[in-house]
Amino acid sequence: MKNSTTPTTTAPVPAVVEGPAPPPPAETAAPPVARAKRSRTILVKLAIGWLAVVVLLAVFADLLPIPGYDVRIGRPAMGPSWDLASLLGTDGLGRSTLSRLIYGARVSLAVGVVSVLIGMVIGGVLGLLAGYLRGGFEKVVTILTDSLLAYPPLVLLLAITSTLGSSLRSLVISLGLLCVPTFTRLARANTLAFAQREFVTASRALGGRPLRIIFREILPNVVLPVASYAFVMAAVVIVAEGSLSFLGLGIPPPSPSWGGMISAAKDRLATQPHLVFIPAAAMFLTIFALNVVGDRARTRFDVRESAL
Amino acid sequence: MTQLTTPTPTARPAAAPSAGSRAAAVGRKLRTRLLHIVPVLLLVTFGSMLLVDLTPGDPAATILGESATPDQVAALRQQLGLDRPLFVRYGEWIAHIAQGDFGRSIRSQQPVLDAILERLPVTIELAILAQIMAFLVVIPLALYTAYRAGGRADRLANVVTSGLVSMPPFLTALLLVFVFALSLRAFPATGWVRIADDPLGNLRSAFLPALALALTELAVLTRVLRSDLIATLQEDFILSAKAKGLPTWYVLLRHALRPSSFSLVTLAGLSLGRLIGGAVIVETLFALPGIGQLLVNSILAKDAVVVQGVVVFVAIVYVALNVLTDVFYTILDPRTRVTGA
Repeated sequence: MKNSTTPTTTAPVPAVVEGPAPPPPAETAAPPVARAKRSRTILVKLAIGWLAVVVLLAVFADLLPIPGYDVRIGRPAMGPSWDLASLLGTDGLGRSTLSRLIYGARVSLAVGVVSVLIGMVIGGVLGLLAGYLRGGFEKVVTILTDSLLAYPPLVLLLAITSTLGSSLRSLVISLGLLCVPTFTRLARANTLAFAQREFVTASRALGGRPLRIIFREILPNVVLPVASYAFVMAAVVIVAEGSLSFLGLGIPPPSPSWGGMISAAKDRLATQPHLVFIPAAAMFLTIFALNVVGDRARTRFDVRESAL
Repeated sequence: MTQLTTPTPTARPAAAPSAGSRAAAVGRKLRTRLLHIVPVLLLVTFGSMLLVDLTPGDPAATILGESATPDQVAALRQQLGLDRPLFVRYGEWIAHIAQGDFGRSIRSQQPVLDAILERLPVTIELAILAQIMAFLVVIPLALYTAYRAGGRADRLANVVTSGLVSMPPFLTALLLVFVFALSLRAFPATGWVRIADDPLGNLRSAFLPALALALTELAVLTRVLRSDLIATLQEDFILSAKAKGLPTWYVLLRHALRPSSFSLVTLAGLSLGRLIGGAVIVETLFALPGIGQLLVNSILAKDAVVVQGVVVFVAIVYVALNVLTDVFYTILDPRTRVTGA
């Protein structure tokens, strides 16, 4: 999360205050070297591959020949061995690290996908309406999003968690809320760019009602550039969920989550570091892959820079 | 002499440098910001007050514990004012906050503001140290990679920073603990030495947490400064400085750095606020007695009044920092002054 917990260059800076923003950092990339370009596409392919593996494992976790995530299969904190159940060893309670990792991916991905979708739908609609209707509605929306951005992200999450208690439901609600302002701003900025175009004027001249224009004319143009931020936001959300779990305020046990596994193993960092570093590596690779794919998606679909 | 060597880039037409216009511009900026910020602050404080109201269960019952009789609970509710309408209570609450009264802890009865002020120095020290560390790395690294853009060092730095961007702060912190505290035994893994007791020990105990915070900031800042520097280095005045035969380091430091640092300053101002949020993780992991630890402990202890106080305090500071950064930016960059309302 931007912020404190949003360690991505890509997350928009949570400026509370609207107005003349600092000039965007000029996209002056290194001179186009063919080799660098090729290695970048390889990186994108690797990232897509990793994400596909994680998604498939998470979706088909029940069909895999692995023990349940809450079944003890041996001594606590065993090292890796050549056997599928204990391929990555066991955790502090003797449960299979591999199955907990796979079922944990399920939680991380579900939370990521659902909260980003919530944020995208609510934020997208608010941004569309604000960008097209302007006036008082736009002011109200701006004040609402700025108020949400006025909390450091992790503090907002903690505040909501302290109120609703830590459960999957409150986690998804608070993480979704965290995504709303970003998507509102994106949708509004894109709508502003398209609202001036000829086809919108034509539709208005033909007597199209505002709602029809917004959803039939503008929405199809705005949806792709806005949705291209979904990958990056998913990375932000997964970091946030991990941070909450790490503080012991995420998904309650025994359900596994990557942050929770790291948190449970952090006292064994000195003696059995692999208990921390295996889920940490899974988390890092997934966030890295999401950022790589997200960067590519944004440069491909976000036309704002050329349109404005 | 120093003024002579930092020419304004051609792309940035110098605004009238008279002190009067600058003050007027800053005043105008401040006024429009404040007009916008007041409703935001009202909403933020209202939302923070709801934290206690929305908590499932009756706060009075939580305070008194399970053995309380309904009469006791009702009496305490009246004492706390929970039986009055929401907006009346909001008015009173905000009036108290304005006077520095953030309420008292449900558990320890300590005034919340005292608890916050007691722990604030730790968090501020961490944030400042982290910012200094980040800048010590960012400026030389960005200067070098911008000067040799596309070179081997630049590509390496690019890989490292994109990796750092994907590191959740708690992973960075754990990795640092593993390497520097557990393996090398160079720094303590947890604990805090007060600066009054032992300044050197204080720095030692703050080093790893501050480094963890700095590493997460560093990647973003380096990228921003690098790309701004690359743009500046293509300006004519850089060419003329080089043509005069000035040494490279002199051109980079005295001619290129300042006109490239506007975005950096803005981001740094915003990140101070973010660092306060990031301190939650680091303070919990390293067991440092700062505001973040207070917040997490109060949540775990279900002390809703302290949670509310910390949240509203942090939010107000965050908003204030944002406004200050924005105004400071007006002072730094003449272009934002020209376009008046």
